[in-house]
Amino acid sequence: MVPVRRAGGAAQDESYPSKDYDWDKHRWAYAVDATKCIGCLRCVEACKRENGVALDAHHFRTWVERYVYLEGEEQPRIDSQADPVNIQASGSEATYRFANRYREQKVEKAFFVPKLCNHCTHPACVQVCPVGATYKTHDGVVLIDHQYCIGCQYCVQACPYGARFFNHKKGVSEKCTWCYHRITRGLLPACVEVCPVGARMFSDLNDKDSVVSRFIRENRVQVLRPETGNGPNVFYVGLDKGVI
Amino acid sequence: MDALFATAPFSGFVYPNETVIPWSVLIVVYPYLTGLVAGSFTVGALYHVFGLRQFAPVAKFSILLALCLMVCVPLPLLFHLGHPERAFNAMITPHLTSAFAIFGFAALFYVILLLLENWFVYRDQIVELGKTGWKPMRWWYRLVALGSDDLSAAAMQADHKWIYALAAIGIPAALGLHGYVGFVFGSLKSREWWSSDLMPPIFLFSAMISGTALVIVAYVLTCLARRVEIDLACIRGLAVTLWGFLIFALILEGIEFASLVYRGREGIDTIMTFITGPLIVPFFILQFGIGSLVPLLTLTYIVWSGVDGRRLVVLATTCGVLVMCAVLMMRWNVVIGGQEISKTGKGLLEYRPEIFGREGVLAAGSVLVVPFILLWVATRFVSPWKEDTAA
Repeated sequence: MVPVRRAGGAAQDESYPSKDYDWDKHRWAYAVDATKCIGCLRCVEACKRENGVALDAHHFRTWVERYVYLEGEEQPRIDSQADPVNIQASGSEATYRFANRYREQKVEKAFFVPKLCNHCTHPACVQVCPVGATYKTHDGVVLIDHQYCIGCQYCVQACPYGARFFNHKKGVSEKCTWCYHRITRGLLPACVEVCPVGARMFSDLNDKDSVVSRFIRENRVQVLRPETGNGPNVFYVGLDKGVI
Repeated sequence: MDALFATAPFSGFVYPNETVIPWSVLIVVYPYLTGLVAGSFTVGALYHVFGLRQFAPVAKFSILLALCLMVCVPLPLLFHLGHPERAFNAMITPHLTSAFAIFGFAALFYVILLLLENWFVYRDQIVELGKTGWKPMRWWYRLVALGSDDLSAAAMQADHKWIYALAAIGIPAALGLHGYVGFVFGSLKSREWWSSDLMPPIFLFSAMISGTALVIVAYVLTCLARRVEIDLACIRGLAVTLWGFLIFALILEGIEFASLVYRGREGIDTIMTFITGPLIVPFFILQFGIGSLVPLLTLTYIVWSGVDGRRLVVLATTCGVLVMCAVLMMRWNVVIGGQEISKTGKGLLEYRPEIFGREGVLAAGSVLVVPFILLWVATRFVSPWKEDTAA
């Protein structure tokens, strides 16, 4: 196995996270077909349960945004499952649904956009971490060493996508890991696994026939906020001018 | 969970994770303290390096004040960290691409520099008190003198050279330290409110004005407490210095503000809503109007009219208090204001500080008070008011 450098600079003569997994043999990527997303939010609930994320309306490793263009309006109305109206509709901060809040108005266009950490090629969060607790793995995933994070939240500030949050119980930053504990065992991230319409896709770009490789090759894909220079690695189809 | 974090009400669309404001009022206090350090040290340096004799009454005091403030600078950060016990990780394994990784080293360097500067400035007193002071405390003074008890003219001349050299090094260090704090904010491209090349110089000049203002206020108050006459030439000199720095500070902030609005990048509509709404009182009225414009006009009056006596003291002290409040508001408007504008550029949040928590107003207020308690304790051991023999 290749010696692997862990956060904090200590070299270890073993691979990570297990002996059976070689992170130099993978290049993970994530794709979203926003035209397929139905806003069911099973992905959000699956992520929360899989990763032990606080069951409230303020901490999310992944979320879904709804964009609604009403007749006569130039700007879309945007909300997510965390919006108080939607929380009220679900009846609990631990379960999620989009309220049918526009039923009295004429909707011209509406669509959903799932969001998550973009596991950027040049991640601003990694750049600003003063101790190197957040780092980029060889297989393209941005992770946080919770044993080393000092909890300064500089990374939370630096992420332009709002993908990071602070875990107040643990005193550390937290975010999507593409379910690293699953993908290194040959499983899919929880959000991809439960998506009923195949809007979320995940695979290894080293495999030219994998689902994301083909998705990127066969579509004109976009990324979010390319102007930041972060080089995001979640590839979208079906975005619109109003998507932020 | 409700005891662990406070959530911010919002309007428009904000990312779901933004409803817990990451940097609290403690991070407002952090740049405020570093600014006071840089400013008060610079006042001392104006005397020690540039030979501005009218600052002699506050030269020793401002150096001691800078030290007491500087040792407290890490406090708000330590209170803020999720794992303060891991704070030294930033020095043991610094991640050098991070703007924040050098904070520990910069702060340590500056504390050492200030300790050395103070030691040389007060060495004559320390040696004297080791010989003639209160008997039970003589051992302490002898210990602090580090065996260097020579007070001959040659030795004092050597001290003066050290004071000069350390102050000369300290000026760029002080300016660099505070410019760097501005860089911590200005280099973050995720927030339009912060992302500006002008942030370091803006922080720099606001540091100069807050530090100078603090020296004016502290000098006047300590003179009143000691029932000694206030040196009017010193007050006038400090008022002119404050006036000069204030002009630069205001112009820089004005340029930054104008360019932000004129650039009109994505999210400007929300920023304009913020500027013309929640920001009217904290920025336009408190920071700009009462805190900056009133002192600027008053200081201009002081400079041009040659007003003297009690009137000069009252006007300069009032300006000092107002400028200190304005800079605190400026820190608030930058740190908190930046987080109240959502990264989406489509919504606004409202930060409501908690009162009692670890990151509450009481904790932040305590951190602001501690340096002055330290200063009081320090003045029990040495006197910043004795005539300068080293210079």
